[in-house]
Order: sequence, then C-alpha cells, then structure tokens
Amino acid sequence: MDSKQLYQEVILDHNKKPRNWGKLEGASHRAEGLNPLCGDHLWLTLKVSDGQIEGIAFEGQSCAICKASASMMTTNVKGKTIDDAEQLVREFREMATGKLDVVAQPNHLGRLSVFSGVKDLPSRVKCAILPWHTLHAAIHEADSVSTEGEQDPVAVAHAKP
Amino acid sequence: MNAATSLKTIVDSATTAPFDLARIRADFPILEITVNGKPLAYLDNAASAQMPQPVLDRLVRYQTREHANIHRAVHYLSETATAAYEGARKKIQHFLNAREEREIIYTRGTTDAINLVMHGYGRAFLGKDDEIIVSQLEHHSNIVPWQMLCQEKGCKLRVIPCDDTGELLLDEYEKLFNAHTKFVAVTHVSNALGTVNPIKAMIATAHRHGVPVLVDGAQAAPHLRVDVQDMDCDFYCFSAHKLCGPTGIGILYGKAALLERMQPYQGGGDMILSVTFEKTTYNALPYKFEAGTPPIAAAIGLGAAVDYISDVGIENIATWEHQLLSYATEQVGGIRGVRIIGTAKDKAAVLSFNVDGVHPHDVGTILNEEGVAVRTGHHCAQPVMQRFGVPATARASFSFYNTLGEVDQLVTGIRRVQKMFA
Repeated sequence: MDSKQLYQEVILDHNKKPRNWGKLEGASHRAEGLNPLCGDHLWLTLKVSDGQIEGIAFEGQSCAICKASASMMTTNVKGKTIDDAEQLVREFREMATGKLDVVAQPNHLGRLSVFSGVKDLPSRVKCAILPWHTLHAAIHEADSVSTEGEQDPVAVAHAKP
Repeated sequence: MNAATSLKTIVDSATTAPFDLARIRADFPILEITVNGKPLAYLDNAASAQMPQPVLDRLVRYQTREHANIHRAVHYLSETATAAYEGARKKIQHFLNAREEREIIYTRGTTDAINLVMHGYGRAFLGKDDEIIVSQLEHHSNIVPWQMLCQEKGCKLRVIPCDDTGELLLDEYEKLFNAHTKFVAVTHVSNALGTVNPIKAMIATAHRHGVPVLVDGAQAAPHLRVDVQDMDCDFYCFSAHKLCGPTGIGILYGKAALLERMQPYQGGGDMILSVTFEKTTYNALPYKFEAGTPPIAAAIGLGAAVDYISDVGIENIATWEHQLLSYATEQVGGIRGVRIIGTAKDKAAVLSFNVDGVHPHDVGTILNEEGVAVRTGHHCAQPVMQRFGVPATARASFSFYNTLGEVDQLVTGIRRVQKMFA
C-alpha cells in the first residue's frame, strides 16, 4: 500500500494536535500501554460513572499512528458506555488485523476506518492497536499492557483481584 | 543543479570504490529487486547483510553434491561433508588470525557464543561479589547473559559510561577495576551508534588487572580487520549473517588455554569421547563445545563468505564504507531538523538519526515507500537510547555494496518525511 493511504490528513492532524492530551485528575481507571518494538509508551486515565465513560485522557511518547489512534479513540469513546467502548475495541482490533472489512461488513467504527490500511503493514498493526489494548486494560483495571510477549494482550488483560 | 547533486558529483569524482562496484553489486541478486516500484536501497546491513552468488552457489553445491552427517560415517559423502565443514573452520581461523584451529568454535551466532562463555566460564569461575564490566554501548545480548549470571551467583554488573558523542570514557573504565573484577565483556563496534571502541587498549587495561576480556565482534568482523592475536582478546564472537553468510551460524574464538579449562555448554553427541552410565569423557577442543549435529551447510557457507570478503579485501571494504559514511553524515546531517546520534571520531558504517517531531517508526514506514530499508527502534540497545534520551532512532547502516546514489535516495526519503509531517 501507499503510505499516503495510511498517513491521511486526519491521522497527521491528530498526531500534530492530539485531543484529550494529559492526565485526568481524580481518574477512576488508569492503565499504561507499552510497545517495546518501537518504544510506543502511553498512559491512559478514565473517569467512569454508572457504566459510562465521562472523561478520558492520554499522554505518552509514540509514533504518529499510535498517537492519532489514541487521540481518535478518546474522542470516540467519550460519553459512551463501557459496553459500547468494548465493542469498538473489538471492532478496531478486527479491522487492524484484517478480520473485519469496514466497507463490506457492518460496524460502528465510522472515521476510525482511516486506520484500516495498517492491516497491510504488519509491523505497524501494534502501533494502531496499542491505545485500544490499553483502554481495555484500564476498563478491567489491569496495571499495564504490552504488545510483546503474550499473543493477544486483550485476551490476557485481567482485573486486579 | 541543487546543492546535494553538486556535492555528490564532487564526491563521485573524488572518491570511487577501491573495487569494481558494479561487478560487486552484480554478485548480489537481491539488490536487483524493487520495493514499492522503487529500486531497493538496502541500508539495514547492521541487522543482516545480503548473500553474494558465490556463497549461494556453495550452499547449493553442498546440499546437492556433498551432504551427509559429519564426523560419523566412513562413507564418501560423510568424509566430503566433514572436510568441507572443517575446511571452513580453517578459513575462519585465518580470517581472525587465530593461533590454532581448535580455538574456533561454531555456535548459532554471537548471542549463542556469549551465552556459551557465560555458562562455560562465568558459571564455573565467578562467584558472590565478583564484578563483571560491560559498557553503556552493549547490545542486549552482551548484557542479559551477564545479568542472569549475576542473579544466579550474586555477582555485580559495572558499566563503562560514554560521552555525548558515543565514545566510552576510558578513565572511568580504568577506575572500575578492583580486587573483585573478574570479567570484562565489551563490544568492538556499537550496533546502535557505530562507535569503534579502542579495543586493543581496553584489553591491555583489563589484562594489567589480570582480567579476561570477551569482545562482541558482531558489528566489527564485517567491516574491519580483526586480528585476535594482535588485540590479545580472550574471547571474540561474531555472526555469519552480518558477514554475507547464512543465519544460524556464528563463531566463538577463545584462547585454547581458557577453553580447555571451561565446562561444556551443552551435552550430547559429538562432544564426547566415551559415554557409560557411570562416566562421560568429553571430547577435545573444539568439539567439546559442539554438541549435536551442527548447521553444516551454514558453516560451509560462512567459509565461502569469508573467502568472498577476503577476495574483495577487508581494507578495501573499510575504505569504501568509510566514504559512504562520510557522505551520508554530510548529507543527512546537513538536513535542517535532523539530528545524528553517535558522532564518535572513529565510527563503522552506522548512521543513527532522528527527524525532529517525527517518530522513527513513521520515518521507517515512509522511507520504505521510497524503497529505502532502514532499521527503526531501540536496536536491542535500550541503555544507549536511555543515555541519549530518545525512545528510538532510525538507523541506516552501510555495506561495501552500497552506492552514493543509495545515500541520495535516503536523503530524498527523509525530505519526503519532513514534507508529510510539516
């Protein structure tokens, strides 16, 4: 694929001006995401009340794909219920790994489908997915996730006892 | 004509390879491929170098005409395979100028060679409170095995710091020695920065304190003359695949007297003289350390790679790579908004850099669009990244088959990155 297809205007814009950047005061959920392969490292804080994500923020050091993915994720899940956010996590992961065809199959991804191009760049899939793994971990109150080691961090992320 | 082109013209007329570059390139079939419709500019040689036709031919000839297990049967093929396998060992002995053939141990690669020494020497001769010196510039493979030993035996790891150019601080190195110092493990050339360490002087320092030295030569053996007797190292390790040979094979050179005292790393066939359920007598060097059937074809391929490198001439290779590095440093370093990381006076053909405001991974993906292959990430040298305060870098690393035109392709790619992220 052409990198222009991946580095679309919207991605470059979110990379340059990430939305919901920072740390939430009085967060109810938090998690750290790490991709040792390229050094992507982000921190996610959430305010959840009555099963609804009232606030979300992120910060860290990462490549453009990861940062834009995190930024667009925050704008998309803010105000959503945990269940709806988890559905987006699943769909985003399936899109990025080529299991969900965003054109042919019904989904709730909307503008997030700009990331569908990463499926052709296996080394970059993890960059796009990391924020979503981290969101899943935060919801389940696991301390940190890594894209290395375990086959599927989403599957192994677990809540603290 | 822009500034880059005019400079290139000057460089081209002033400096040409000390060999027929076109003919050399014709030996490497992979260099003909295109990537994303652009000619491949393979600048990831520090990760793995490409294989020339004579090495490929040697592998095919072995596998089609000469293969059987070695050191076993009395039949024709076994003897042919054994002769080729041992013949390659002899070539490697000469390549490193080792005193004896039995000082050349086949391993799976540099990592395996370091682990062999950690197990065979470290576990046998180091104990509680003993100290091991490594440097800030080490690849993880020359840190982690020693950390494992520290955990097991209660030893301590001491680290030689480096300055802002990526040169080791030799005064600080000298100060690390004390009565507890039992081993030094240091790289010859930094894989992340390209720094060539003054290895001979560093070995002499250690020897003045009666301490043996292991040298990680993975990034040095392909680029500069290695003479293990002259540098007087106790152990020297390198991998074949960075030297235009196959993956899965590498070399541990060790002084015979030390290897004799060491315990075997792995037990199995070929490393024994006799076995009963009561007692096993180990084989002589080098077989004591070569348990099981080795990657025979790969070893023979390494022999062919050593021949190829020797035919081109390691001094010629060093000269041309130095010119490539100088040109690339000038061109890439001259781009506003690009920072070169690692500016030691003596460097091998590695150029680590960052583009302001752009993560190296994005740089790598966009360079790939231009057909340019570079490595991005921490290069398995996270302590180096921490020292320079960056999570990662992009790294262009050159081999003797690279051209000045490929450096220009890299520069064009970097400019495109800047334009996209402007």
